[in-house]
Amino acid sequence: MADTATQPARTNPVPSRLDPYRLRADFPILATANRFGKPLIYLDSAATSLKPRAVINAVDGYNGEFSSNIHRGIYEIAERATAVYEAARASTARLINAPEAAEIVFVRNATEAINLVAYSWGRRNIGRGDTIVLTEMEHHANLVPWQILVQEKDGDLEFVPITDDGLLRLEVYEALLHLRPKLVAFTHVSNMLGTVNPVRELTEMAHAAGALVLIDGAQAVPHMPVDVGAIGADFYVFSGHKMLGPTGSGALWARRELLEAMPPFMAGGDMIREVHLRRSDWNEIPYKFEAGTPDISAEIGMGAAAEYLLALGLDAVRAHERELTRHAMETLRREVPGIELYGPTAEERGGVVSFNLPGIHPHDVAQILDRSGICVRAGHHCTMPLHERFDLAATARASFNVYTIPEEIDALAVGLREVIRIFER
Amino acid sequence: MDDLYRDYILEHYRRPHNFGVLDAPSVSYEGANPLCGDRITMMLGISDGIVREVAFTGRGCAISQASASLLTDEIKGKTVEEVEKMTPDDVLDLIGIDISPARLKCALLSLDTVAHALADGASEPATHSDEGQHDRG
Repeated sequence: MADTATQPARTNPVPSRLDPYRLRADFPILATANRFGKPLIYLDSAATSLKPRAVINAVDGYNGEFSSNIHRGIYEIAERATAVYEAARASTARLINAPEAAEIVFVRNATEAINLVAYSWGRRNIGRGDTIVLTEMEHHANLVPWQILVQEKDGDLEFVPITDDGLLRLEVYEALLHLRPKLVAFTHVSNMLGTVNPVRELTEMAHAAGALVLIDGAQAVPHMPVDVGAIGADFYVFSGHKMLGPTGSGALWARRELLEAMPPFMAGGDMIREVHLRRSDWNEIPYKFEAGTPDISAEIGMGAAAEYLLALGLDAVRAHERELTRHAMETLRREVPGIELYGPTAEERGGVVSFNLPGIHPHDVAQILDRSGICVRAGHHCTMPLHERFDLAATARASFNVYTIPEEIDALAVGLREVIRIFER
Repeated sequence: MDDLYRDYILEHYRRPHNFGVLDAPSVSYEGANPLCGDRITMMLGISDGIVREVAFTGRGCAISQASASLLTDEIKGKTVEEVEKMTPDDVLDLIGIDISPARLKCALLSLDTVAHALADGASEPATHSDEGQHDRG
């Protein structure tokens, strides 16, 4: 802490407002048009985000100027590649306020990060009769790896149910914690309902019951300030490609002592210190978990994305997307007759709005919107159990990011009225 | 113009032909595309090697349901052998619109389900569930 007595008096800094109109110029894809000459209206950022020029340049810079392997070469471009790769790790750590960069393990995506924990930590720590608590709103990525683990180890899964408004039922969660689970794993923000879960409270409760906590931050890190220390998490995973970075990039953060105690997930080059014919010693973290040549350019791009987001300010990003979500829910309810929206209020959710039009399948909705250049997701969004919970075969989903503007949501409303007109004619 | 949503496709979707159940089908099968949530149950009444009766139930997108409506019209009265020889291109010709790659499995679910029903019926007449193709997620 700085000595406040010697500092000039300051009021709390107001988060600078984000200007989406200006920053749209950073995203070259937004200047493209579809086969009918319609400009791109990209409302599928929860699936993957668009990439700003800074990220594209970072990837191109590696490939065009210092393409070489990391942690090996004793020559100029290899040293530069290693330095930039490790700087990307430091930027990624800064984005979630991780205590040290060595606690960031680069992986392909959040899915791989969860699998890493399930295979490495899970196979050593989950045994016969042990319980893992999940929630009904998990993405398949935070469900299937645990199913495989408990089937193999003869353990149990329990699920925190949700209310009709898409909020976790905390009283049931509390009861499930009496089962003394070894691990509790939940999403920070639901990719279908948009629900922002009370992660700090959930984590404190889990710790009080003696469980470790894994948080799926894939839909949170791109959209709001995340501080893994303040949350108190043990494992926190996220994807680079949903936070303006390239596909093939992602990160696992875990506390140093957990990573040090975990056995390697994959074995090969770079993850070892010494190899003999019949035994090997593991490298230090995070390299122990990064066997083989990683997706160097993608992780470098992820670092550039982290810097881009930090420069915008995550408070400003959150404020922008909260305003967009409120605008979307109001506009769609007002302009689109009969539309059904799923999930909690705009105050309790991230920039995700899932919906259905009565009697029209979401695939037909998405197909007709595509003519107008509007991209939405249609299907179950890798959350089949959640759709079963609401007795839905599928939903359509609009999701937002820093470059989304209210006019695009207005265009969606117009597009949906056109869908209804086609089906009613 | 929207090629995919021509009036006759929407008409088959709104008022599908042969929609319903057979009391005692010779063969029946439930097919699904979990990605879309499309589900179709095909029921065929067969005698002397000829498809005499066809009915289907299901729910899903306009393409999958219109395709089932058109296909059931087409196969009624055909021999089992003729139906077994039908190809995806035959069904796409029936539908008569350009189907994008992402929607092919919607368009072809009906034929796939009929083929499964006939293949199963060759051994034992019973209803099975097929989870078909999966979403990448």
